[in-house]
Amino acid sequence: MRVTFPHMGNLFITVKGMLQYLGVDVVVPPPSSKRTLTIGAKYGPEFACLPLKLNLGNFIEASEKGADTIVMAGGCGPCRFGYYAQIEHAILKDLGYDMKLIVLEPPQKHLSKLLAKIKELSGNSSWWHIFQSIRFGYQKAQAVDEVEMAAFRSRPRELTPGSTEKAYTKSLEMLDRADSQIALAAAKRNADELMSAVAVDNKKTVVKVGLIGEIYTLLDPFSNQYLERTLGRLGAEVDRSIYLSEWVNDHIFMGMVKGVRTRKEACEAAHPYLRHFVGGHGQESVGSAVNFARAGYDGIIQVFPFTCMPEIVAESILPEMKADYGTPVMTMIMDEHTGEAGTLTRLEAFVDLLTRKKEVKEALCK
Amino acid sequence: MKGYIGIDVGSVSINIIFIDDGGVVAEAIYLRTQGQPIAMVQKGLKKLSGRLPAGSKVRGVGTTGSGRNLAGIIVGADAVKNEITAHAIATSQVVPGVQTILEIGGQDSKIIILRHGVVTDFAMNTVCAAGTGSFLDQQAARLNISIEQFGGIALQSESSVRIAGRCAVFAESDMIHKQQMGCGLPEILAGLCEALVRNYLNNVGKGKDILAPVVFQGGVAANVGMIRAFEQALELPIKVPPYYNVMGAVGAALLAREAAAKRGYSLFKGFGISNMKYKTGSFECAGCSNLCEVVQVTEDGKVIARWGDRCGKWSNAVIEEKIS
Repeated sequence: MRVTFPHMGNLFITVKGMLQYLGVDVVVPPPSSKRTLTIGAKYGPEFACLPLKLNLGNFIEASEKGADTIVMAGGCGPCRFGYYAQIEHAILKDLGYDMKLIVLEPPQKHLSKLLAKIKELSGNSSWWHIFQSIRFGYQKAQAVDEVEMAAFRSRPRELTPGSTEKAYTKSLEMLDRADSQIALAAAKRNADELMSAVAVDNKKTVVKVGLIGEIYTLLDPFSNQYLERTLGRLGAEVDRSIYLSEWVNDHIFMGMVKGVRTRKEACEAAHPYLRHFVGGHGQESVGSAVNFARAGYDGIIQVFPFTCMPEIVAESILPEMKADYGTPVMTMIMDEHTGEAGTLTRLEAFVDLLTRKKEVKEALCK
Repeated sequence: MKGYIGIDVGSVSINIIFIDDGGVVAEAIYLRTQGQPIAMVQKGLKKLSGRLPAGSKVRGVGTTGSGRNLAGIIVGADAVKNEITAHAIATSQVVPGVQTILEIGGQDSKIIILRHGVVTDFAMNTVCAAGTGSFLDQQAARLNISIEQFGGIALQSESSVRIAGRCAVFAESDMIHKQQMGCGLPEILAGLCEALVRNYLNNVGKGKDILAPVVFQGGVAANVGMIRAFEQALELPIKVPPYYNVMGAVGAALLAREAAAKRGYSLFKGFGISNMKYKTGSFECAGCSNLCEVVQVTEDGKVIARWGDRCGKWSNAVIEEKIS
């Protein structure tokens, strides 16, 4: 059994780490590229959202590298994603790819089924070993998130253009290579050192932008046209409403880890505007926008794939929140376009708006 | 004459304007981009230098539009800015106190909301081209009328035919059906204007607080049918500024004035660039799996700019060469 899984930003570091710890033979698909997208768009249904097409491209490219089993998350929300694993599997079958599918359904609805699937995947390892590997994966996710956060801070302030990117790439490589608890602890220390060694101008005033939206396009730089990096280069410090480790805590550990942001907090903050689960992260997006506005962020950018229902609901509610807090919100819809000029224009204009607004505000306060 | 040049390199047209020290437009040149932005910028500058009185001095150049970076490299721009900021700057100067800017160009449409002279919100069409100039162009061609006549004919109508506006494909098929039913041309054109305005307000203008004074600009603002449709839909008077079709370029020139004053001199390379040889090319970098498409611009054989690489390996190399 050679196992593969879809790409979603740096998710591969966590999943690969966890599966290898379990002793599973892993095939990481090549990073999403134009080829991945071309393959996915060719075989995927036209009306499906971007994540399905990229997943499909990832699986086909992984199969070329020898993968024969797919691990994919399931779901049971109003969001179509819950059905994607089966759809993708059916498409692959029609195309003649004979791959086995293991769907991991959310634990709150299908706990026994999930446990059975994990047991199957692990080749009957002991539960203690399985627990250890999940913990190892979670620790990797945390370490990756810390590196990402450090990059968010130093990108707009770096003195040498590109120095953050270099440190960031190298740090992630180190974390990816770590294959034991001890190696991971060392890699974490080295990554931390590397990230803090980036020379920055601490006095520089930067605008702060909160990113909210659909999880895939939010976490996957290829699908969001490198939003975080571009914003950093334009002089904006960013933060995200979702980090992988937080998601794991919310959805796999059922919020057992304390002292981190949770989905519950975001949903509570959404309460004056949206009291209902609307699928995906729609409710969390509204709540996170409120939290960013309350925390004094200069602006908020919502990102989602074209036709994403939960986020369309959130988008139509955000103007109300904006009217209450006065924080500018911009929505970016991602699809197959790879030309970056349009994205850059919007981001540049948005950062201009925030900078100017901040200047006026500070001048008034003086 | 002393003044500033503003260049707006859009998908369909290139506008080059010259403003005097006071910000008044002295010359405006309109060219079709025809897929060759560099050659057209060169041609436009040559034309401009011929039109300016002898002894004129360029104190700064600004570029905007989707081709702003390319044009900025070629001319040596003092300011390179996105269209939204450029439009907002220009309109605030021409119509003081403006609160809403409706802008419809060839490929994109945008709305800019200002309060007290500061942009507070904006939106651009993201996924749909229904409601932009090219769609009107196309329909005018299909009906065998020139785009210049479009608005006048629409105004002749006393009523309008309802046409679906959500999608250019729906609009076109709806229009054909109405036409085959025997509806008159002026009514169809008026209906099309209304459909476009509806689409624009629902799509680009969604959730925006549209307050007077409202300024309508961009190439489509030449269409009187569209002006009437906007006035009816918003129940507000619509202002169309003189030079409505080159406002981006005006904004770029104004930004250049600011930037050059700050710097104390201009980076403008001079009109001589019209005679230089520029070449652009792209190659796929094989350094990693991203396979970035790197674009390279050369001036008389020397590389002056590169972009498109995600890691900065190629673009930084040019910057480092310049510094050393």
